[in-house]
Amino acid sequence: MSRATVIGVDVGGTFTDVFVLDEATGKASIAKVPTTRPDQSGGFLNGISQQVDDLGKVAAVVHGTTAGTNALLERKGAKIGVITTQGLRDVLEMRRRDRPRTWGLRGDFTPVVPRDLRLEVPERTLADGTIETPVDLPAVEAAARQLLEQGCIAVAILFANAYANPENERRAVELVRGLWPNPHVSCSSEILPEIREFERFSTTALNAYLQPEVAGYLDRLASALNAGGFKGEFMIVQSNGGVMSTDTACRLPIRTALSGPAAGVIAAGHIAQAAGFTNVITGDVGGTSFDVSLITQGQTVLSPQTSIDFGMVIRQPMIEIATIGAGGGSIAWVDKGGLLNIGPESAGSDPGPVAYGGGNDRPTVTDANVVLGRIDPDNPIGGKLKRLDVEAAARAIDTHVGKPLGLETMAAAEAILKVANARMAGAIRLVSIERGFDPKRFAFMPFGGGGALHAGAMLAEVGLGRAIVPRYPGVTSALGCVIADMRQDFVQTLNAMADSVDTAALAQVMQDHVDAGQKTLAAAGTSFLSQDMVFELDMAYAGQTHTVSVPLEVTVTDGRVTPPTHAQIAAAFDATYTAAYGRLLPKGVRRLINLRTAVIGRRPRFDLMTLAPVATGSAEDALKGHRQVHFADAWAETAIYERLALPAGAVIPGPAILEQSDTTILVEPWLQATVDPFGNLILEPRP
Amino acid sequence: MSGIDPITLAVLAGRMEQIADEMDATLFRSAFNPIIAEAHDASHGIYHASSGDTLVQGKSGLPIFVGVMSFAVQAVIEKAAADGDMTDGDIYIFNDAHIGGTHLSDMRLVRPFFRNGEIFCYLASVGHWHDVGGAVPGNYNPGATDAHQEAFILPPVRIARGGVLQQDIVDILMRNTRLPQSAMGDLNGQLGALDLGVKRLDALLDEYGGDTVQGALDALTDRAEALMRADLSALPDGRWEAEDFLDNDGITDTPLPIRVAVEVAGDRLHLDFTGTAPVTAGPVNIALPTAVASCYVAIKHIFPALPANAGVMRPIDITVPEGSLLSADFPAPVGGYTETILRMIDVIFSAMAKAAPERVPANAYGTINALSIAGKRANGAPWVMFSFYGGGHGGTSESDGLNHGNAPISTATIPPMEILEAAYPVVFRQWALRPDSAGAGQHRGGLGATYEIELLEETAEAFLFGERGRFAPQGAAGGATAALNAFAYQTDEGWKTPPLASKIRGIRLKRGQRVRLDTPGGGGFGPASERAPGYVARDVALGYVSDAEADAAYGSAWREAGQ
Repeated sequence: MSRATVIGVDVGGTFTDVFVLDEATGKASIAKVPTTRPDQSGGFLNGISQQVDDLGKVAAVVHGTTAGTNALLERKGAKIGVITTQGLRDVLEMRRRDRPRTWGLRGDFTPVVPRDLRLEVPERTLADGTIETPVDLPAVEAAARQLLEQGCIAVAILFANAYANPENERRAVELVRGLWPNPHVSCSSEILPEIREFERFSTTALNAYLQPEVAGYLDRLASALNAGGFKGEFMIVQSNGGVMSTDTACRLPIRTALSGPAAGVIAAGHIAQAAGFTNVITGDVGGTSFDVSLITQGQTVLSPQTSIDFGMVIRQPMIEIATIGAGGGSIAWVDKGGLLNIGPESAGSDPGPVAYGGGNDRPTVTDANVVLGRIDPDNPIGGKLKRLDVEAAARAIDTHVGKPLGLETMAAAEAILKVANARMAGAIRLVSIERGFDPKRFAFMPFGGGGALHAGAMLAEVGLGRAIVPRYPGVTSALGCVIADMRQDFVQTLNAMADSVDTAALAQVMQDHVDAGQKTLAAAGTSFLSQDMVFELDMAYAGQTHTVSVPLEVTVTDGRVTPPTHAQIAAAFDATYTAAYGRLLPKGVRRLINLRTAVIGRRPRFDLMTLAPVATGSAEDALKGHRQVHFADAWAETAIYERLALPAGAVIPGPAILEQSDTTILVEPWLQATVDPFGNLILEPRP
Repeated sequence: MSGIDPITLAVLAGRMEQIADEMDATLFRSAFNPIIAEAHDASHGIYHASSGDTLVQGKSGLPIFVGVMSFAVQAVIEKAAADGDMTDGDIYIFNDAHIGGTHLSDMRLVRPFFRNGEIFCYLASVGHWHDVGGAVPGNYNPGATDAHQEAFILPPVRIARGGVLQQDIVDILMRNTRLPQSAMGDLNGQLGALDLGVKRLDALLDEYGGDTVQGALDALTDRAEALMRADLSALPDGRWEAEDFLDNDGITDTPLPIRVAVEVAGDRLHLDFTGTAPVTAGPVNIALPTAVASCYVAIKHIFPALPANAGVMRPIDITVPEGSLLSADFPAPVGGYTETILRMIDVIFSAMAKAAPERVPANAYGTINALSIAGKRANGAPWVMFSFYGGGHGGTSESDGLNHGNAPISTATIPPMEILEAAYPVVFRQWALRPDSAGAGQHRGGLGATYEIELLEETAEAFLFGERGRFAPQGAAGGATAALNAFAYQTDEGWKTPPLASKIRGIRLKRGQRVRLDTPGGGGFGPASERAPGYVARDVALGYVSDAEADAAYGSAWREAGQ
């Protein structure tokens, strides 16, 4: 029996989305089931079983998870301890001497490891890698036993300058692994051999903090899958947009911090590229936030570091996602100076917008959409409510926005959307214009439940060329799981001058990265179209603190790295520096700070045509009726369509509303929507 | 208020803030010098065509510049009026701190923005250059007794005329810095930021029209004023005083009082610094623009939702006595201005806390602690490790203060220890929180830090410019004071402390000898007697507070309490 089915699963707060691809036939199907709590494996398996009757036929299950994100945000990781260098136990708590907000001098910080669980031992490595004091192993053992006695489930070993020489950490971790009752032992040189102690310690401690939680969660899922007869590969999406094995995820759970959103961005990139757009800005409108990400020339942008919350720094390559506090549940309010504001306070999904009748009486962005007729009050998304309370939403808008500003209800609702759209547009400008990308060359891709209501406004506000609404915007992340490549990232700090670096030693580090990466790919049991090695050097002129990422062309033949030459390194730096800053510094000395290696196994991309509409009728067949919708300053008779019933090639002029089970698409009067051959909707100005 | 509708206003407010933010980002990315690139010691904004008032300012620049930059623009407006030949494409440059505020390291560029042949507004860029000549590299000269010893002084001159860069001026600048490559990089970055501002503002005006944008700028200023008045009206009327001291001026060991009387009357506020010490010989003076800007920083910390424009200051009167160290005339030295403005902010906090304790944090650690260690390597190459160190923030009505935060006038982060150890021949034996350094209170202050640094080379010299060695950060609403700043260094005869407490020049260190800096925590908020014994017990268990200090500050109830 051939196992040819690949399944992507995205577990969200409300729904578990499943995307099933039969690689043999190219046929795809989706399922959306309620997320089960606290054990999410119930919904997980339920969703799969809706589309697959025999788990034994499934080759791979790929999962985008928010288990790690939520454990970090809600501070629900394990009780962990730290063993660190004498004199440095407070590094995690001192951060980089920052503060939560520029103005106000308010707020404090509680580290994930309290001070009494951070123990010091005699040991010291200097910056050049010299071991000044060998690690005191009896002290390490005593510390580990003390932490166990205090009830720690996981432990992180954090030594100064371990990036330069991991020997002391290696000996300590070996000893602790020998006596620790579970595999939850992390050390900083294994997680991130990169200079900067706070960032390295924080990343490692957060890894330990997540390990029991994430490993337990994945273990429950794996057991449930296996019990159902599953014999394939179970893999997890990483924050960098690649997938990893479950083993790796249990060892390095910190790499799952943005797993869920990363899968969505990967899918967006693939859908857009198939449809002919290589430059895309994705926008995910959730209940409390708007998440934006940039894809340029088909490539997602990775940021080297992110902060989950104040002081909770993770230094790992992650898909860059800019977030602002303006979502469907964000509350509209008028300040003492008479200015209309949106958020950051949000009604979330509970109690939710006023129209949901959950007890909130302050107007939200969704309430404005409801009052303006853009959301059908009789068929709310999610199916929990029978009808939305339009009148209550209108009253709330009147009381909190209309009266203070002297506006009629409809004008006040339009005003709420206008300000909300301006804020969302600001987030898009932040990732595009401010970085020198011309928005006209980009398509906007909304996904998630609310994005497609705001797409037209984004085109108008930012000057984006067009919007592309995927055929199934609600299951974008699950689809991303199925198409993500397998990827391992490595880093090693080098701290050397470019013209005198030992290139043989550098090549050996590259070789170690390649070997480790290929070993992981080989163990995955999945086939790859190809394997790519990407090498980058973080470089700068001596004296500079900001580095540039310099791509280095390195030949790898049959898995063997050819050492780069000094001239190659210098030329690569000059090219990158010139592109970034216009001109070189004639007397500058080039420095080489870190090596970054990515080992990527390219997975087969399935043909999105399998999702294409089968409908052959005309657009009229998809017409459900008409309803009054408010645009600018007047009501307009607006056609309402069943989106998935539209045939390819259909052109719907605005004003129109296209509905499907998981989203509502607004076609403003100045726009038209075209169904492309894949079933995506392309929103563009009317000719 | 102008007739502009509130929605367009909100959109334009965002767009203009974004222009200033983008100018900030441009300079941060392209600057060569870490003081700008890493510590963001720079700022950009849009200023009024005739008054020079701040209209819009970037959010990511250094807080102290919000408020001081309008003085730089005013200086250029006066200069242009005197010369009478300003044209489109002119860019003025200067660093004179007595007319532009702060200190001579801050290079200010001001560019008129023309629309239809008339000045519509000014754009400005300020950034802290690495070196601008003077007696000491980096211009931190604690022994300076006049401005000429601190740096080379440039009055407002044109570095570009009608869009043409004046190479003569560039040549003079580059000959007067020890680090021309760094200076050239910063200058290019600042010019680039101004270019970007012009481009973006042109596009905005093309889109919305000059009248609408002008109307929005006026309305935003009016709105800031209305917000400030509303905040002030919510305070009780009355007069509150506070007093604090600088340790000394670095030359004579005499405490220097900083006094303020805060008077709230309806929707107005008066800050009166009468009683403050006169101009000093050493560099703890500040010029009047700096004093006004410091008031703005303090007010914005107390009312953080206020926008960053001149409207905020309209309902506020400031009295700074002539001849005081808060309004020093040229050429009194001003290199240590950071310590003085931190103390001004502290006294404003202490006085305002009496009026509205729920709004005002207790004092933060209150000193920049500029510590440099310098020497030569075995191969003769010179090295200088220069950094500012952190301390605790004050307790507030809501929570304990933040441990190891940055100064209220700055948002700069500290370099990682490993970066310092990799770049300089030192090793940190301690990089730790300092127990018992926070002021006790219902909400105690945040903890200060202990940094102990050992020399790995044959010899070196150390310099420190700090404060709070004699007068500790104050509590608020009945909270206690924090610990004093303490500095010590090893000699062949053992540990020693400087005679001027936190200021010393040229300490000789040998291999294996250490310096140790213990920074203050923040003041406490509310009476210590009201702190829950369980919290005290937790503080003791975590080692934030010693048994003895807990007994002394909070009584013995904690010994019976669970954590």
